[in-house]
Amino acid sequence: MKSRLTRFAASVVLGSALAVGAGSISASAQEYGGELRLVVGSKIPSYDGHIESTFGMIHPIRPFYSMLIRINPDNPSSPTDFVCDLCVGDVPEPTNDGKTYTFKIRQGVTFQDGTPLTSADIKATFDKMAFPPEGVASNRKAYFKMIDSIETPDPETVVFNLKFASGTFIPSVAMPFNFVYSKKDLDEHGYKWHQTNINGSGPFHFVEHVQGSHVLGKKNPNYYHEGMPYLDGFRAISAPKMSVRLQAIRGGQADIEFRGFPPKARDDLVKALGDQVTVQESDWNCVLLVTPNHKVKPFDDPRVRQALSLAIDRAGGSKYLSQIAIVKTVGGIGFPGHPLSSTPEYLEKNIIGYGKDVEANRARAKELLKEAGHENLKFTLHNRGVDQPYKVVGTWLIDQWKRIGLDVEQWVQPSTPFYATLRTKKDFDVSLDFNCQAVVNPIADISKFLPSGGANYSDFEDQQLEDIYNELLQTGDPAKQRELFAAYEKRVLNDLASQFITLWWYKINPYRSYVKGWKIAPSHYLNQSLENIWIDQAEYKKQLGG
Amino acid sequence: MATPDISIESDELPARKTILQRTGRLARKQPLGFAGGIVVLAMIIMAIFAPWLAPFDPEQANFADMLVPPGAASNMGDGLFLLGTDQFGRDLFSRIIYGARTALTVGFTAAIIGSFAGLALGVASAYFGGYFDLVLQRIIDVFMAFPLIIMALAIVAIFGTGTDKVIIAITIPFIPRCARVVRSSALAVREMPYVDAARSIGYGNARIIFRHIAPNVVAPFLIMLTAFLGEAILLEASLSYLGLGVQEPTPAWGLMLQGGAEEYAESAPWVPIFPGLAITIAVFGFNLFGDAVRDALDPRLRSR
Repeated sequence: MKSRLTRFAASVVLGSALAVGAGSISASAQEYGGELRLVVGSKIPSYDGHIESTFGMIHPIRPFYSMLIRINPDNPSSPTDFVCDLCVGDVPEPTNDGKTYTFKIRQGVTFQDGTPLTSADIKATFDKMAFPPEGVASNRKAYFKMIDSIETPDPETVVFNLKFASGTFIPSVAMPFNFVYSKKDLDEHGYKWHQTNINGSGPFHFVEHVQGSHVLGKKNPNYYHEGMPYLDGFRAISAPKMSVRLQAIRGGQADIEFRGFPPKARDDLVKALGDQVTVQESDWNCVLLVTPNHKVKPFDDPRVRQALSLAIDRAGGSKYLSQIAIVKTVGGIGFPGHPLSSTPEYLEKNIIGYGKDVEANRARAKELLKEAGHENLKFTLHNRGVDQPYKVVGTWLIDQWKRIGLDVEQWVQPSTPFYATLRTKKDFDVSLDFNCQAVVNPIADISKFLPSGGANYSDFEDQQLEDIYNELLQTGDPAKQRELFAAYEKRVLNDLASQFITLWWYKINPYRSYVKGWKIAPSHYLNQSLENIWIDQAEYKKQLGG
Repeated sequence: MATPDISIESDELPARKTILQRTGRLARKQPLGFAGGIVVLAMIIMAIFAPWLAPFDPEQANFADMLVPPGAASNMGDGLFLLGTDQFGRDLFSRIIYGARTALTVGFTAAIIGSFAGLALGVASAYFGGYFDLVLQRIIDVFMAFPLIIMALAIVAIFGTGTDKVIIAITIPFIPRCARVVRSSALAVREMPYVDAARSIGYGNARIIFRHIAPNVVAPFLIMLTAFLGEAILLEASLSYLGLGVQEPTPAWGLMLQGGAEEYAESAPWVPIFPGLAITIAVFGFNLFGDAVRDALDPRLRSR
């Protein structure tokens, strides 16, 4: 297992180091000063990290906040390299048979309003996420199911007592949404105050947010990581259209975009700017899923669902779609390459729809449809009105299903009604959905496929799947974890075909080469504090003048 | 007294002109309108005979032929891509031919339903007058206060996307526009003696409206109808371009433009250029044709 982990880390790092064009990401002496202009393609629903799940909030707001622990900003590709942010020393090892974690809290840290940060703020923050009072939303509650209680024996110590030992605890604590709030703010203003107000202890202080225009941040002079941040400030510019974001970088109106561009956009930028652009690429902890509605006939029949999965040529899709969309890697339910996830060889032999003989797969799909009495099935694919990669993958899927004689129309909705259809109306046949996670934490990430997980829109129940997951959650042995993980995957993708995987996303970040210090992570949510980014002033002047 | 010399030839009718001669005369008299008519005809032929005219299946992706330039041969040996292929390897020429079907389906349906509904409302409003006219015209004022595209966007936001929804979204804004124009003509027709005569001998309202008033406002109605055709095609393309109209993989010009303009304008310019040209030529053709119809039906312009 250890050697697989090492190989995995090495491969992701290698991928992240890939630089296209002449720009490089090599380290050199950091410089102070300058303002980073980043373009953001999504709106800010609220400032509260504990209830939001969008990069539209993370990219402009994360730099104002600190976390208890985080992924190593100098090694963000690793799924296991966690370091302290507000805690001191190394991330603690558990005691009490893996059920107790004791963190020592950094002293001298202050919030933007001047309030000192203590262990009470950490406890208040995690209490809000793990045990929110009735009526208070927390998107992180499910991740902290293992927490029994949080104690603060003194202002410098916080202790997490777990109900059971869990390998998902540390990755869950390191999630970039876990902004540490001031207990004083929570006590005085309530749990909803942070949705519209910002008071953090991160590398930057909040200056202003002009709706639809920008968010402005300035350097926190009292930041606790020595010598950081390097920038005087940042400006997060709102630009919903991809072409606008691309042209902003090309025209020197912006320096970087952190979510990712499609391959053609990268090629155009590299062609236009040459060595003035640096490109980093990485596998991405995001995947598009096909979600059949089990309450709608004939998708209540597993044979029909299996046929839909069998029709998809994933290897062909990877080869060609990766040239036009931000998808690339063929994988199962877990992040490709992670030690817990299935290898391509395993998938090919054991999971339906992954076999290399596409024609045989499709012949079997036709047989299944015939058995089920739905040879010429006609249905609607519900999709989200976002080009990359939703509409591209949706169009590809329709083509794949047409090849087994199905007649499929596409029904596209903007994000808000799209989710209303999935979550409340439930009046769809088959829908595309996504599973995008921050820290690579496969055991937690695959809760997406669990009927009781809260984010599974297939509308079905299966006790066997629940039992496997609960056992997996409470198992510390890596070999046993892998065995249970594989059983869970087979249950989801083969037996039930309750949902199935299309292609994993692939992250491509081209940016101005005078931007230094940032390293790509396998998620667009990670490594967004901006504290380690600096501007090469000479290169900046060379490219943009003045 | 001399008998007048009446030649036998004077009783003969002038020789009947052939269709070709009449077409030639029309082309000389209305060259632009004639050109517009050719475009309209070509579109209709493309729409009807698309399965025979298109060399490839317009919806079939063929990734081995992604973004092939115009005139290049298929890597699979399937033939020649006259206008190149898009990012899914689909033949642009075939998609443009089938796109005419989508454009005309939406254009004709929306224009015809919108115009006829407007005709009925306009004539009824003029005929009944009084409170009915007053209330109806104020409602029409409200609808006409919104630009066509804004109204269509609002309707799509309510009903959702798809070909049928797009037709509804385009039809509804057309109704008040046609009703307003038809009403103004019907107001004059309503005062004609033959309408009074029809009323005096006891004809019902429906008979008077449909038999005596409506046929006499057909000129402005036809002008509106032809003008709406071009507008409907443009609106359909606009909505599809904004991602709110027809959805993939259905071939539609606006959708093709949307898919290609942002990402491939530089590296594969044929992807947005040809659908853009198709929209331009179609709308230009329908507008020229509509102008010619107006000129032919307007008595003030007919003698010029």
